Amino acid sequence: MKQQELEKTKEYKYGFTTDIESIKAPRGLNEGVIKFISEIKKEPKWMLDWRLKAYRRLKNVKEPNWQKPKYPKIDYQNLYYYSAPKSSKNKPKSLDEVDPKLLETYAKLGIPLKEQEKLSGVAVDAVFDSVSVATTFKEKLTEKGIIFCPISEAIQNHPDLVKKYLGSVIPITDHYFATLNSAVFTDGSFVYIPEGVKCPMELSTYFRINASETGQFERTLIIADKGSYVSYLEGCTAPMRDENQLHAANVELIALDDAEIKYSTVQNWYPGDKDGKGGIYNFVTKRGACRGKNSKISWTQVETGSAITWKYPSCILQGDNSVGEFYSIAITNNHQKADTGTKMIHLGKNTKSKIISKGISAGKADNTYRGLVNINKKASNSRNYTQCDSLLMGNKCGAHTVPYIKNKNSSSIVEHEATTSKINEEQLYYCNQRGLNQEEAVGLIINGFCKEVLQQLPMEFAVEAQKLVGISLEGSVG
Amino acid sequence: MLEIKNLQASINNKSILKGLNLVIKPGELHAIMGPNGSGKSTLANVLSGKNGYEISGELNFKGEDLKKISIEERAQKGIFLAFQYPLEIPGVNTNIFLKTSLNSIRKSKGEKELDTLAFLKLIKEKSSELGIDEKILSRQLNVGFSGGEKKKNEILQMKILDPSFSILDETDSGLDIDALKIIANGVNSSRNNKKSFLVITHYQRLLEYIKPDFVHVLSDGKIVKTGCGELAEELEKTGYKQLN
Repeated sequence: MKQQELEKTKEYKYGFTTDIESIKAPRGLNEGVIKFISEIKKEPKWMLDWRLKAYRRLKNVKEPNWQKPKYPKIDYQNLYYYSAPKSSKNKPKSLDEVDPKLLETYAKLGIPLKEQEKLSGVAVDAVFDSVSVATTFKEKLTEKGIIFCPISEAIQNHPDLVKKYLGSVIPITDHYFATLNSAVFTDGSFVYIPEGVKCPMELSTYFRINASETGQFERTLIIADKGSYVSYLEGCTAPMRDENQLHAANVELIALDDAEIKYSTVQNWYPGDKDGKGGIYNFVTKRGACRGKNSKISWTQVETGSAITWKYPSCILQGDNSVGEFYSIAITNNHQKADTGTKMIHLGKNTKSKIISKGISAGKADNTYRGLVNINKKASNSRNYTQCDSLLMGNKCGAHTVPYIKNKNSSSIVEHEATTSKINEEQLYYCNQRGLNQEEAVGLIINGFCKEVLQQLPMEFAVEAQKLVGISLEGSVG
Repeated sequence: MLEIKNLQASINNKSILKGLNLVIKPGELHAIMGPNGSGKSTLANVLSGKNGYEISGELNFKGEDLKKISIEERAQKGIFLAFQYPLEIPGVNTNIFLKTSLNSIRKSKGEKELDTLAFLKLIKEKSSELGIDEKILSRQLNVGFSGGEKKKNEILQMKILDPSFSILDETDSGLDIDALKIIANGVNSSRNNKKSFLVITHYQRLLEYIKPDFVHVLSDGKIVKTGCGELAEELEKTGYKQLN
């Protein structure tokens, strides 16, 4: 590796590229490309029709532009919408058949697919560009009736579930990126937890963008049937490239009566270099429906990567007594931008929501919390508590809080607290005097600031996330 | 241990220390007294390496020029400052802070880092020795601590980090008699012929419990008088005014 590249790798250690032969769809976006994707995935006709419906709709909708971080116009006709390692064309039946190069890639990323099987209690689905390359622990989960597989497999093997729930939370007409995703989505995870089953292990998907000039359109669908429980985590990385790459995912969660879904994200896409060149556009639609009584959906996100992060993991609280939670850490450094938050839509009676958002901005970065709390007329005795804390490091960065609150029910209560503070020189001095260097001190203070959110992460990932929080801000204190 | 020659320090073009001389040998405990604004806290800050000061003169610690060493390196080499106003760090557990701190210092000396069990044993031992309620250790660092708890926590940190040179910056101010005794006990039980102390105080009261080898009076950035324990008693009666 050249010296310069070595230097860069220090800043973002997941920035390597895997040299692997791939099959791509022709460049551009048209019905032909959509048919190509559908065909290569051996999809039934109803799925193709669904995609084409979305594609036709797409032609009539415009990209939204109300967000704070602006970006240069994306040339959608110049992107590749499908890229897959050639070796996975004939689907590997077990891990032994997976291309060793891919296994090596995941091992390098800290996701040893083979060892994972034996060692830790986490089942992993690994998505490389547009396809899922491996899913671990399948048999063990099958015993309990749990389905955890790539969504492309679910479309073939569990069409009734997919037909019933796909697009039921994020309709194909929702907005530009959701519609685009519906037309061209390639892979992602599908989870179904049967009635009364508590999923015995963490389910996790690891997304990796490898190919250049390729968009990644992930689609994830999680259904927790009555009285069930699941905790799911996704992680993301990408190589360092000078171009901006688009990641436009749709994630739908459905919780039926008394069911609970805990969804955690550790997002560490390539953020671009120090001068703001390159990096991922992370434009993601995540939405959960608490459809049943007493159901609960909890989102936890640690967003440290991407050039632009633009997402609002939301909860539609339909069932009476349902609960929605959103815990977020968004860290932006150098030229990174984030416009993120949540929507809590209270429809059922006695519904509760809680929003804890921690935004940290350093360098020349800009960080916006944007959130909506909407309490409907019929949502009597509902409650929301929102707390938004922003921390600024240095004096060239920005932090903004944009809360929208609509309360149409007089028996419901909405609380909002917000603070903005600067990292305190005296605190750093105190830590230094106790023998901690600048980076250790910043890491400690930031982790303290984020504690309420970090606590929500599954144990296996909390330590990793803590380290990531420290690394993302390295070099940001003078 | 510490040798200060003609130390001048200014902040924002305001001169505060104006030619201070002081030698502290291993095993000695020096007390610095003086009126408000005489430069006592500045001396503590300059010794610990706090940023923002223009400094000239000599500042040697164990034969090394302190001016060239960062705050954390000074701490790693054995300088400890008990803060006049200990900082609050929300979300950070006191235990974890102390463990991180201790292990950074141990690491810098090439010693093995303590694991959680060994660490918990150590703090249990030290806190009971000092008569400090262990419960404060599981709370967020200094958050919601009373004035007395904050100061006791500083002394507990001193005991655990075991520095060779400790500076106490008005650790006694605002304390009731029980807390004062805990602080004094913390210092006295640490004293030996290798460790040195610089105790900054307004009042003679603390020096009833901690017997200094030397008492210096700081006035307008200089040491204007040096004596032994009796000097403190004398000052208590006459005040600082007549020294100017």
